[in-house]
Amino acid sequence: MNTSTLVLKQSSKKYQWAMALLYCAVSVLFLAHLAIGAKALTIEQLLAAFSAFDRNNFDHIIIWNIRLPRALIAISVGASLAVAGAIMQGVTKNPLASPSILGLLAGAAFAIVVALGWFGIDSPLYTPWIAALGASSAALLVGFIAHAAPGGATPHNLTLAGAAVSAFLAAIVTVFQLSNEDDFDDLREWLSGSLAGNNIEVVIAIAPWMILAMLAAILLSNKITLLAMGDETAKGLGLSTTRLKIQLMLTVVMLTACSVAMAGPVGFIGLVIPHISRFFIGADYRKVIPFSALLGACFLLGVDIIARVVISPAEISTGIATAIIGAPIFVYLIKAKLA
Amino acid sequence: MKIVTGKTSIIIGANGCGKSTLLKTIARVLKPQSGCVILDGQDIAKTKTKQVAQKLGLLPQGPVTPEGLTVKELVSQGRYPHQSFLRQWSRADEEAVCQAMQICDVAALADALIDNLSGGQRQRCWIAMVLAQQTDFILLDEPTTFLDLKVQIDLMRLLVKLVNENNRTLVMVLHDLNLAAAFADRLIMLKAGQVLHHGPVDQVFCAENIKQIFDLDVEIMLDPRSQRPLCLPHLHLPTTPHFVQAV
Repeated sequence: MNTSTLVLKQSSKKYQWAMALLYCAVSVLFLAHLAIGAKALTIEQLLAAFSAFDRNNFDHIIIWNIRLPRALIAISVGASLAVAGAIMQGVTKNPLASPSILGLLAGAAFAIVVALGWFGIDSPLYTPWIAALGASSAALLVGFIAHAAPGGATPHNLTLAGAAVSAFLAAIVTVFQLSNEDDFDDLREWLSGSLAGNNIEVVIAIAPWMILAMLAAILLSNKITLLAMGDETAKGLGLSTTRLKIQLMLTVVMLTACSVAMAGPVGFIGLVIPHISRFFIGADYRKVIPFSALLGACFLLGVDIIARVVISPAEISTGIATAIIGAPIFVYLIKAKLA
Repeated sequence: MKIVTGKTSIIIGANGCGKSTLLKTIARVLKPQSGCVILDGQDIAKTKTKQVAQKLGLLPQGPVTPEGLTVKELVSQGRYPHQSFLRQWSRADEEAVCQAMQICDVAALADALIDNLSGGQRQRCWIAMVLAQQTDFILLDEPTTFLDLKVQIDLMRLLVKLVNENNRTLVMVLHDLNLAAAFADRLIMLKAGQVLHHGPVDQVFCAENIKQIFDLDVEIMLDPRSQRPLCLPHLHLPTTPHFVQAV
């Protein structure tokens, strides 16, 4: 074979190494996440909790009831939001596209607040679907507003419409909150994005849908690259672009909705992680999707560890911590790119 | 209208006359309001789009390259119509991609980022992408726009070579009349959405037809070197005295 195939093999080897490294990072951070906390635990105690669970051992209870669900939620929410953002940026060819900026997070959160405040629904069996309804309605509204604006649904108009819809929905949620402080007290923390306070049942109820959506994203990933090359090119290569866009839209809504149902609206992951991923491994979405998923999981696990340690024994809300840590990274990336 | 196989057909016409629309309709990117496109005896609109993509490739005007894509990754996308869930990347795919990159002289750039290439190199990569698709028909929408004259000529020679050596059928839209007349086997002349003339270059590339299509007075001459027709527009300028002296 000639030199060009050799070069490609090298670059795909680099990707495999990066993926292996990320797998290790997720495992290490997962264990660290379980061990670190208001009460630090050793690796032996962790292993004992899994191999020989003792219901009278307080440490084991902490691990199973509090830390394990929280770590699993960090992994699934981090991966889901990163993949949702990566898909959106590819499809809309808009580097600013993400579940938070195009209004999906606000829509999902709004729907959950309404369902809980007015109908008293908070079972994890229903919240993903309620969140999905909210996220897709908000996305359609954003698309509709951008489409009606002069110039059509350009990246610019979509971003502006997304910001407007998000701000509007957030304002209504605040009005609900202020008018009914007792009922919304529990929701306050959730609304700023929080991994705490969930039990393992929530994970078991919601995670299957996330895994399904994640599989869909991986199966569709090669087609996202085609779509990112423009509709005409994609059609010329024999892709049914409308059907693919609907499939991807449903995938993004499901990933976002499940994340919000688990942890509230956690921003920045969907925006920053796909950028960092493409920075390292390029624009082939067969690589971007799995890479973003692992990097998103790492990021949220790491951020959540920091959020619990910095002002221990109190803790910073995860949604706030992702922004505090994510924003400087984003600014750095922009500067690095300009340089 | 019939596209003659194994030839280069070039669509010309004034701005907004429907050149690109015609090309996109042939490429099934746009649906015809009436009539249909027949490919190998089948209505293209009723054939599976992926099947069509195995016979007919399209290079749209000013294609966008996603940031961070390498040359080889871009060219590899041309294999999509030949792949399926069960049939992922194969040896045939690898060979088609390497061959396409060699024909377009971008094999040495395989691992380079498209963003870092010049306009001409970039366009050669896109042509390699369409070649990797291995289709009998290749449609190109203004492949030479915004390129230097030398790059335009190189590109056109590359495309015509494909027709002659690999027996492909090319249909393209071009703006430059002389470039079209120099490299086409057949011309398709459009005005206001209608095909007015369609035939071999030496039959249709004449002063009356160009006057009719573009409302422009021209002189048709033969290039002394290639014997291809050239058109020189009447400029209607006052003759500049010192220029006459210089001649």
